[in-house]
Parts: sequence; C-alpha cells; structure tokens
Amino acid sequence: MSSAPDTQDHTPPLVRVGRFLGDNPMIPLLVLLAALIGVLEIMRPGIVSPFWAGNTIKFAIPLAMLAACQMLTMLTAGIDLSAAVVATVAGFVVATVSPLHGDGAGIAVALLAAAAVGLVNGFGVGVARVHPLIMTLGTGLIATGCLQVYQRLVIATGSDIPDMLEWLGTGRTAGLPNGLFLFVPFAAIILLGLRFTGFGRLLFALGSNEHAAKLSGTRSWQVYIALYLLSALIAGITGLLYVGMIRAPSLSLANPLLLPSVAAAVIGGTSIFGGRGSYAGAIVGALILTVLGTLLTLLQMPEGARRILFGAIILAVTALYVRFTESR
Amino acid sequence: MSAILRAHAWSIGLAILFLALLGLAKVIQPSFGITGLESLARAALPFAFATAAMAVVVIVGGIDLSVASMMAVASVTAAVLMQTMPAVPAIVITLAAGALMGAINGGLIVVTRVPDIVATLAMLFVWEGVALLILNAPGGTAADWLENTIRGSFVIPGLPKALVLMTVCVAVVWVPLKRSKLGLSIYATGSHENAAFRSGVAVGKTRIAAYAVCGLFAAMGGLSLTMLTGIGEPVPGPYLMASVAAVVLGGVVLGGGIGGLLGPIIAVFILRIIRTILTLAAVDPNVTTIVEGTIMVAVVMLGALVMMRGRETV
Repeated sequence: MSSAPDTQDHTPPLVRVGRFLGDNPMIPLLVLLAALIGVLEIMRPGIVSPFWAGNTIKFAIPLAMLAACQMLTMLTAGIDLSAAVVATVAGFVVATVSPLHGDGAGIAVALLAAAAVGLVNGFGVGVARVHPLIMTLGTGLIATGCLQVYQRLVIATGSDIPDMLEWLGTGRTAGLPNGLFLFVPFAAIILLGLRFTGFGRLLFALGSNEHAAKLSGTRSWQVYIALYLLSALIAGITGLLYVGMIRAPSLSLANPLLLPSVAAAVIGGTSIFGGRGSYAGAIVGALILTVLGTLLTLLQMPEGARRILFGAIILAVTALYVRFTESR
Repeated sequence: MSAILRAHAWSIGLAILFLALLGLAKVIQPSFGITGLESLARAALPFAFATAAMAVVVIVGGIDLSVASMMAVASVTAAVLMQTMPAVPAIVITLAAGALMGAINGGLIVVTRVPDIVATLAMLFVWEGVALLILNAPGGTAADWLENTIRGSFVIPGLPKALVLMTVCVAVVWVPLKRSKLGLSIYATGSHENAAFRSGVAVGKTRIAAYAVCGLFAAMGGLSLTMLTGIGEPVPGPYLMASVAAVVLGGVVLGGGIGGLLGPIIAVFILRIIRTILTLAAVDPNVTTIVEGTIMVAVVMLGALVMMRGRETV
C-alpha cells in the first residue's frame, strides 16, 4: 500500500491476488454475477434475452433500494430491520388513502408514516443509544401492530393503486422497466452523496471510529437521526414502487425482502461493523440474489431446499469475501 | 449479602416488577388465579427456552438469529419421530439434533470468520429450509403424556408444572456449565476475546460450545412447541425478536461477558404477563401488539440510558 521504494516483494502471488481483489471488491462480484448468468444460460439455452434482463432488473430494483437502507445504516455499524415493514406500511397506506383523498395525499401520508418510524429509530439509536438491531426490530414490530389496527379501520374502503405507481412498477420503456426512472437518479444520489457530501463522510467517520468522530466535533445524535430518517424514507419510496409492481397491497407486502436486503448489502462488501461499504456493491448484490432466485426456480427446487441453498450461498460468498480481504 | 444483592440487583428489580404486574393482573381481573398462572407459564415456555438459547450466545459475545428456525426444526423432528417411535428416544434424538445444529452454527462462524450476525442470518434460511424439508405443512404427532407434563400444577397449587419443567431443564444445563471451566471461558471470551485468547482460553472451541448449548436450548423450545400444540410446525414463530428483547431487558449486555440466564427468563415472564394484562383489560389483540412492542422498546431505551449514566459516573 505504501509508496516507499520497495526493492523486494516476497508476498506470495495468491495473497497478492487476494489483496488486489480486496481493494477492488467489484471484480469478484461481477465475475460471480456473470458466472450465475452463464449457468442459467447453460441450463436453459435461450433464456437470457433482453426481456429477461429487463425483468431481472425490475425485480432487483426494490431489493437494491432496501439494500441501500441496510448499507447506509451498516456504515455506522447499525442495521435497519424495520425497513421492510416500513415499505409495507407505505405501500398499504398509499393504496388505501389514494381512493379517498387522491394520489398526492396518499403518497404524502405514506411517506409521513415512514418518516415517523425513521424518527423514532433515529431517536432510539442516536439519543437513547439503543443497539440499532434491537431498536429497529422493535419499531418494526410496533409498525406491524399499527398497520393491523389501521387495516381494521379501512377494511371497507377498498384499495386502489395510483396510476403513476403502476406505470413506474410494471411499465416498460424501450424494453427496460420504468422503475429505472426512479432508481437511476436514486442510485446516483446515494453514490455521489456518500463520496462528495459531508453527510456521507460523516457516516464513514462514525462507523470507523465513533469516539474519534465525536472528538472531532461530530454531533453524532444529529447524524443518526438524519440517517435513520433517510433510511425510512428510502424504505417508504421502495414500498410505493413495490406496491405498484405487485398491485395487491397486503399486510406482509415487502416483508420477505428484509433478509435478502441485508444479504445484498453484505454480499456487496458492506461491513456490518461499520466504516466500509459501497452502494455499487449492494446493487450488484441485489442483482446476484435476483438471478439466483431465477436459477433456483428453474431447478424446480422444493421451497425448503431453495432456502437452504440461498442461506449456504450467502454464507459462502461472505466467507470468501472475508478470506479475500483478510479482515472483517 | 449485600454483594449478592448488588450482583443480582437487576434480576431482583425485574422480579419485583413481575410481582407488581401479577398484582395488577389480579386487580384488573379478580378471578385471575391459579389457572391464569398455569396458562401464563405454558405460554411462556417456548419464549423462555428461546431466550435462554439467545442469552448463552450473547454472553459469549455473539448473537444467533437462527434460534426461531432451529426451534422449528426441533419441533418438526420431534413430531415426525413420535409418529414411529416412543417419546423418550424421540426427545433424546431431537435434543442431540439441536446441539448439533448449534455446533454447526458455531463451527461455521469460527471456521469462516464471518461475523456472527451474518453467519446466523444465513443459517436462519438454512434451518428454515431444513424444517420445510422434514415437514412441508404442520403435522406429525406428540405423545399424549407429554402434554400432561406441562398442564396443571406441581405438588402445590399455584406452582405450574410448566414453570417447574422449564426451571429444571434450564438449570440442569446452565448451573453445572456456569460453574465449570467452560462457563468461565464463555464469560472470558465474551468480555474480551483477545485477552481470553492470550490467557490460554481456546476461544474457538468455547464459541462452538456456547452455540451448541444455544442449539440445545432451542431444541427444548421446539419440543415445548410440539408439546403445547400436539403437532410439528415448520414455519418459525416470533421468537427471534422476543428473545432478543428479553435478553436485553434481562440485563445481558449485547457484546458479551455480562449477565446470566435468571434475568432474561424473568424478563420473558414480564413480557408475557404484560400481554395477559392487556388481554384481561379487554384491549384489542392488535393494539396489544403495539403496546407490547412499545413497552419493549421503551424498556430497552431506558436500560441503555441508565447504563450510560452509570458508566459516566464510574
């Protein structure tokens, strides 16, 4: 790593390869993605088409957006286990408020509900100093309870999904899913924001060494509140997109995405202990998981075997990653 | 005496809180009595085992997100085995399978060096899948006499059999363990892994052993599920969240090295009786979930604040 004149390098070649890959985590990830697509093509020749690619991207988008929640919070050694519930709440609320008060009001109320959960998370983590895992599990539980009570109230109204969200969720433009109109700017904001804004750097600073960051004048509680608010808003937007995609609001709409979103962030090289991670990795992680899902469906695996393989692959990828980078 | 009091201050506080809540239940519903206590103890059974399982791995400095899934595997294993063989060998096999699952979790964490939380998250999927492969839908059977071991009171009325069974099962595993060299190693590893390693503790083996004990408790939890319902249920219940909350409320510090099993198990009963009280007060069950969650979060927040104050004054 140092630029000092190095006359002899006795590092074994394998370790050097490992270091190179550790410094460029995107390379093994992209290789893995390509390998998975290759296996898919070998198993069912002709399946890999532009249409298939569009579909894969379409289903990877909500996963990648929820993975952003996990990635951002993991940068500060946190995690947001309420993200999937928040997405569900947003999706359900928008579908039930819109028919009564119009689409705009529906979206506003849905995002307000998401923001409320985020504020509570931020308060708990930043001010009360509760472990994020516990805090977000708890708020997720509370939000689920609130959603159940809310469902009783609106059971007679019926539901309707705003046309704009359906267009975003299911429509295609030039073969590519319309969700990209939302996702590309979103990903650009996250990628550039992490690198070029003070807030992005504060997240890395807090995750690397919270004590040092505080001594350098960071008001950590403000950062945490902003972070968890942001995470909840992202989850809320994901929920809006997802309900447009699934077109059937339910009380467990986006909940199955929770664990894959954590997995996508981890596969993408985000350290759960904070201070290291990239959103580009998380996006590729989401794509890998989506392709893997297709692969397992094609193999007609029983649900049980599917889950076993899914878990085994997450573990194997993370283990390889740990080996390559030689650090946690 | 005061040393014992100080060492168990948190557990004693929790016990007092529990008694106060019991009193409150009695005030709200004067007919709340022995039957109420018995059903409370029965309902708390799987939660208590899940919490004991979680507490052991949190003490060693890890966390096991796959506790609920392992319980599901144990539940279906027992229910399927009991269709063809007597209950006792089925129980023994299930407990062995639980310890094995835990040891696999621990072994994978130690060998792959993947963080506990990620490794057990992956294993959560794996065990869930195993449970589904064993039994695709709720089914199987449980021996009739098993249900009688947790129904009713033991010797004196008001001492629920379920509570006795739980106490005996946890104590048989935990008390000798805590007093053994392995127990000391578990606390040492949880307090400071590096220091423990330099002092000659086999850190890796200790962690695997702690995860195996966790698996054993999870298997007991799964068995209690089968005993309660008479069938095996392959889909994991809400035990992950509840066990983490009870562990924290019970005074075990996330990060390891501090706490025991007594506090977390009292905490389980506190969380369960809150639900009972709300039900007695005729609160909508959905609202109950909200209140329960809010209380859980509030208590954990308060605990964290108190701990911070303590750390600042020391």
